[in-house]
Amino acid sequence: MDKETKRAHHDLGGVSKFMCEPVDIEPHGLTAFDREVDALRQMLAAKKLMTVDELRRGIEAIPEAEYHRLSYYRRWIRSIADNLMVHGVITETELRAELEGS
Amino acid sequence: MFLAGETVRVKDQWPEATGPVHIRTPWYVRGLEGEVVRCLGEFSNPEDLAFARPAEKRPLYHVRFLKGAIWSEAKPDDELLIEIFGHWLEPVGQERP
Repeated sequence: MDKETKRAHHDLGGVSKFMCEPVDIEPHGLTAFDREVDALRQMLAAKKLMTVDELRRGIEAIPEAEYHRLSYYRRWIRSIADNLMVHGVITETELRAELEGS
Repeated sequence: MFLAGETVRVKDQWPEATGPVHIRTPWYVRGLEGEVVRCLGEFSNPEDLAFARPAEKRPLYHVRFLKGAIWSEAKPDDELLIEIFGHWLEPVGQERP
């Protein structure tokens, strides 16, 4: 199908390569990290610093290889960091210092 | 605005090819004809909300497609019902852009 080659990499509905792979329907428990990321997202929404639409845009902007490698909530934290830098809430320098210092 | 029962075509447009966008119209229905089932109301355009831009309210529709037109393994009466914003729909019979 030639349309399929024009899709964005995150637009996964009905993609033919998944027709041959079993769907993982096992329940997955949330880790402490997952809960913390979700809490952060809710707090940023309450403070009107980021909408879910911006969160989604940021997730969709993750390069394809990385997108498929990252877990669900790791995609979220990538997008949250990106959005906070876009809005000037944090700088890249601050983020790097924090990641390297911890 | 579209009315229930009206045949529409999803625009065969691929804005993701030309720059950063956020769109809610899945790739597999673009260019296909479907039937408007109902208008779900008006909602701020997520294509602008995603970039923190001022967002106009746009009508959102339930549109029904014959699944066989999308995926070859569908059974004869299978349908797909999805939500599509009005600005992605065009009346059938109109010149394609």
